[in-house]
Amino acid sequence: MSKIGNAFNNGKAFIGFLTAGDPSIEKSYEFIMSMVQAGADLVEIGIPFSDPIAEGVVIQEANIRALSVHTRLEDVFRLVTMVRKESQVPLVFLTYVNPIYNYGKDTFFAKCKETGVDGVIIPDMPFEERDECAAEAKMQGIDIISMIAPTSKDRIREIARMGEGFLYIVSSMGVTGTRSEIKTNLKDIIDVARTETQVPCAVGFGINTPEQAEKIAAVSDGVIVGSAIVKIIAKYGNDAAAPIYEYVSAMKGAAIKGGA
Amino acid sequence: MKTGRFGPFGGQYIPETLMNEIQRLDKAYAYYKKDPEFQAQLKDLLDNYANRPSLLYYAGKMTENLGGAKIYLKREDLNHTGAHKINNALGQCLLAKKMGKTRVIAETGAGQHGVATATAAAFMGLECEVFMGEVDTIRQALNVYRMELLGAKVHAVTSGTRVLKDAVNEAMREWVGRVEDTHYVIGSTMGPHPFPMMVRDFQAVISKEARQQILEKEGKLPSVVMACVGGGSNAMGMFYHFIEDANVRLIGCEAAGRGIDTPQHAATIAKGTVGIFHGMKSIFCQDDQGQIDEVYSISAGLDYPGIGPEHAYLHDIGRAEYIPVKDNEAVEAFEYLARTEGIICAIESAHAVYQAMQIAPRLSREESIIICLSGRGDKDVAAIARYKGRDLHE
Repeated sequence: MSKIGNAFNNGKAFIGFLTAGDPSIEKSYEFIMSMVQAGADLVEIGIPFSDPIAEGVVIQEANIRALSVHTRLEDVFRLVTMVRKESQVPLVFLTYVNPIYNYGKDTFFAKCKETGVDGVIIPDMPFEERDECAAEAKMQGIDIISMIAPTSKDRIREIARMGEGFLYIVSSMGVTGTRSEIKTNLKDIIDVARTETQVPCAVGFGINTPEQAEKIAAVSDGVIVGSAIVKIIAKYGNDAAAPIYEYVSAMKGAAIKGGA
Repeated sequence: MKTGRFGPFGGQYIPETLMNEIQRLDKAYAYYKKDPEFQAQLKDLLDNYANRPSLLYYAGKMTENLGGAKIYLKREDLNHTGAHKINNALGQCLLAKKMGKTRVIAETGAGQHGVATATAAAFMGLECEVFMGEVDTIRQALNVYRMELLGAKVHAVTSGTRVLKDAVNEAMREWVGRVEDTHYVIGSTMGPHPFPMMVRDFQAVISKEARQQILEKEGKLPSVVMACVGGGSNAMGMFYHFIEDANVRLIGCEAAGRGIDTPQHAATIAKGTVGIFHGMKSIFCQDDQGQIDEVYSISAGLDYPGIGPEHAYLHDIGRAEYIPVKDNEAVEAFEYLARTEGIICAIESAHAVYQAMQIAPRLSREESIIICLSGRGDKDVAAIARYKGRDLHE
């Protein structure tokens, strides 16, 4: 198993997300370190994209902010190098497939390995299109993290069987963004997945309160939080490090409580 | 070859949440494509509601004036709702009904596909919501009202660059959120498989008719078949039944906007590179980081940074040619066709008319050219007047 497995060794995992370059690479570094100090077990770094079709308004706007300061892939890799000097926290990229394709698949994954990225989540690359990057990623030992949705049904087993790193269980229909209620029967989905794989199952999309984190951690191996953190960045801008620390501490505490 | 590929192009690059639905759609379409009852119902709708077959009109004045090949216009502008878009909207809405859907959503640029979908939905009793870039809702305000008259709800998209590409993004986001009762009527030969193939099949009626009509009139095949290309649905429809006729040149005319040497164009084949976006691997206008470009054309219907995967393939294997045509050239053809033939065509179609005007004089009178006149120009009159410096508003 890759280093991603380590994220699940400290009680139920808390996985935090931000978009690289929002509002700057230097600040993204500071915010990631703030998450790590607050107990985040894995950090998901979004590579900014002009047309993020799986994202709700909050993360769309983060993409626009990052692109407005001309964040480039080289900058995102530089961010990873900066984090790696200070921390061995598992890191994964969240990226649409086009920036990878455009950069060159071989170069992209080689650069992931060189800088210390452990996995990639590609929301517009379903199981059927995995071959687009599977060989290039495998060659460098980078995990491709698969998503399972509330609509996956008979696809769950097949996706789980190929699971690497962790399985990203999408909590609800629709795009990313905070939700007041999560109705999907996550336990049933995770139970099916677990019959096929040892890989941990983390749940994302919509989670923003400690109560939700606790409840979802109780049925899964961890919680993924994106829009709620990005909202803090949108609100506090350059001064978001302290409120992020506070928020992540509370959420990690709730996740651990959910697992107890 | 993998599912839904045209050479290396095509595929299904979409979120997992949509995969089961897309596979269900693929199976349903494969079934109904061969179902005589479905095909008979669709033919009845096309003939008795949409006014098919459309005329293959001999443009005698234009032919005389240009002094070369005989020019024929495939009059999709005479269809109900005024464009080829109705062919696909009726096909997909009928399929949606068969699949038990009660609601359809659509993206639209100029508003023609939105109007066609709203029309088909009204006729078939489906709920309809249309996503349209805010910029386009302003430049095509009349079409917004038209859709509302037809009972559709129009969402002005304020994300991104607020044009067609963003309308597609928003329609996809809507579909990811509500897929159970909803079919997404994609308006062009783009998106994930089976859309590029399915939309092409629904539009292929254009070349099926045209091939037969030209053989009746001329006793032989045309030398050239041409159409404008944005996503490429009228062009795929116009090309399809001529692809096997190796001696028929297929020419697609893309929007060069203010010129392909400026950043303000939508000439995907001329200036784009291979990428993966909107569910498909194809050719896109994008920067060196794979960020999708903001594109520009006077024509809202061609203002799209990509092209359907089958066109990318036809280009790749050298079967079809793609030529950029600028705003001012399209406007020149728009005016020319109005004056010589008394036909006001869509500014999109005028891109193909312009290129035909360049090619016709170089061919002999023994040869013929068919131009797909994909839509009528009523929607463009005010915008062209403004382009020409006349302060005219709808």
